[in-house]
Amino acid sequence: MNDFTPTEMMTIAASRALINDDVCFVGIGAPSAACNVARLTHAPDITLIYESGTVGTKPDVLPLSIGDGELCDTALFTVSVPEMFRYWLQGGRVTTGFLGGAQIDKFANLNTTVVGPYDHPKVRLPGGGGAPEIASNCGQIFITMALSKRGFVEKLPFITSMGHGEGGNHRERLGMKTKGPTRVITDLCVLEPDAETKELIVVSIHHGVSREEIVENCGWAIKFAGRVIETPVPTEIELTTLRDINARTKKAHQGEKEVA
Amino acid sequence: MAKILSLNAAVAENVRDGDTVAMEGFTHLIPYAAGHEVIRQGRKNLYLVRMTPDILYDQLIGVGAARGMKFSWGGNPGVGSLHRFRDAVENQWPQPLEIEEHSHAAMANAYEAGAANLPFAMLRGYVGADLPKVNPNIKSVTCPFTAEVLAAVPAIRPDVTIIHALRADRKGNVLLEGIVGVQKEAVLAAARSIVTVEEIVDELDPPSPNSVVLPSWAVTAVAEVPGGAFPSYAQGYYPRSNAFYIAWDEIARDRGSFETWIDENVMQARPEDFARHAKKRAA
Repeated sequence: MNDFTPTEMMTIAASRALINDDVCFVGIGAPSAACNVARLTHAPDITLIYESGTVGTKPDVLPLSIGDGELCDTALFTVSVPEMFRYWLQGGRVTTGFLGGAQIDKFANLNTTVVGPYDHPKVRLPGGGGAPEIASNCGQIFITMALSKRGFVEKLPFITSMGHGEGGNHRERLGMKTKGPTRVITDLCVLEPDAETKELIVVSIHHGVSREEIVENCGWAIKFAGRVIETPVPTEIELTTLRDINARTKKAHQGEKEVA
Repeated sequence: MAKILSLNAAVAENVRDGDTVAMEGFTHLIPYAAGHEVIRQGRKNLYLVRMTPDILYDQLIGVGAARGMKFSWGGNPGVGSLHRFRDAVENQWPQPLEIEEHSHAAMANAYEAGAANLPFAMLRGYVGADLPKVNPNIKSVTCPFTAEVLAAVPAIRPDVTIIHALRADRKGNVLLEGIVGVQKEAVLAAARSIVTVEEIVDELDPPSPNSVVLPSWAVTAVAEVPGGAFPSYAQGYYPRSNAFYIAWDEIARDRGSFETWIDENVMQARPEDFARHAKKRAA
């Protein structure tokens, strides 16, 4: 199908990164949509975990927060937050972490803490939450965020969670045994770290997007892989699944009009 | 043994100016009614602790009840920023807010250490992250057996922890179910605790031998406040009002509209007003 928005393409391309055997720690927002599209299409047995402690959850509508009742109601089981972070995440049981962020640099480090100096921030963002340990303890990390000059920056004001640090074998040097970010899915293209330098490079371009658009929307001089493919367009099933869950979600979140 | 009190008396007896206060709840069971009572009683200079300060802490910060906050994620989940928190950090309005920022894993471990009566928590955390550069309370320890270097943070030991739970019996034993977050640890880590509940029943009747129960002798005060978690939720009682969380973004964006909202919905309100949100539903 060729009638889709860039955001729909991003979510569907992100969902394709996941496989049926994944145990996935899900960030809220775009990652949550992608993970549930994967579960409802090609990865029906995927285990989705939200940091509120819900394990193996199968929400019918997308949660607004990481702790909506829908997650607990449809989970295989729910644990306390200390157990979540100690046994399941730090214990090395999670294959994949799926994160979003406000800002990313070319080595896939993420910032969700501050813009400007930490002590006198221009913009105070929510902070890291689970991200610093998700980034280091999951087997690998996928990141999804729209490509923009504000979001994809040469230098981060603050590293909330480490991707590939300064590049190369920086993770290894710090004693990390996990892979870190292996794919970044945007609304225009898909990026992957170069095998040696770990700098993010474009490996797949979405249908109808030009290289110039990608260059113009990235805050660093972005490079392209030797062989760049076109991202397959969404299938009818993928698009219908995404639109249905978005419609159910919108209806559910507007349903409670009661105000304190 | 826990005293069963009105919310007014429970807060008056247990929350003092200058206290370190943890009002916990991980999206679920956030103690809104109790937090509003703290605001109505005019408590000042509180040092707030919470993993996920959301709207309730935005309100406490906005009215000037807090001198500082220890936290790991300060936002309106799925909606965006906490505007009163941002105004305090960016513009020192209505007063400066001292912040101590951690990751969720560190906070969860720190509460657990507090509950376990240990001085600090350790975790494999903060690797390659910038928080240790700006938070002197993130240090490291070396494992005496393997020499691995691990992150260390001080235990959290609140003067008072406030939570909302599903129900209590007449002796003050308390039951939590669903997303239980870090509430059990936060209560056991604190010197005093207040638990508001949806209902007080004759028999607690925990659904499983492994249910999360806080015994009366580990809790200071219990107050029955039906609907007391609204716009958060109580599993099996009423759902989260995502619509209110979305509406808060506009209310809190402007200092004037925030103050008007607080006056009408907190200062002029009573704990019993939360009962209208407590239409019990089938679980």
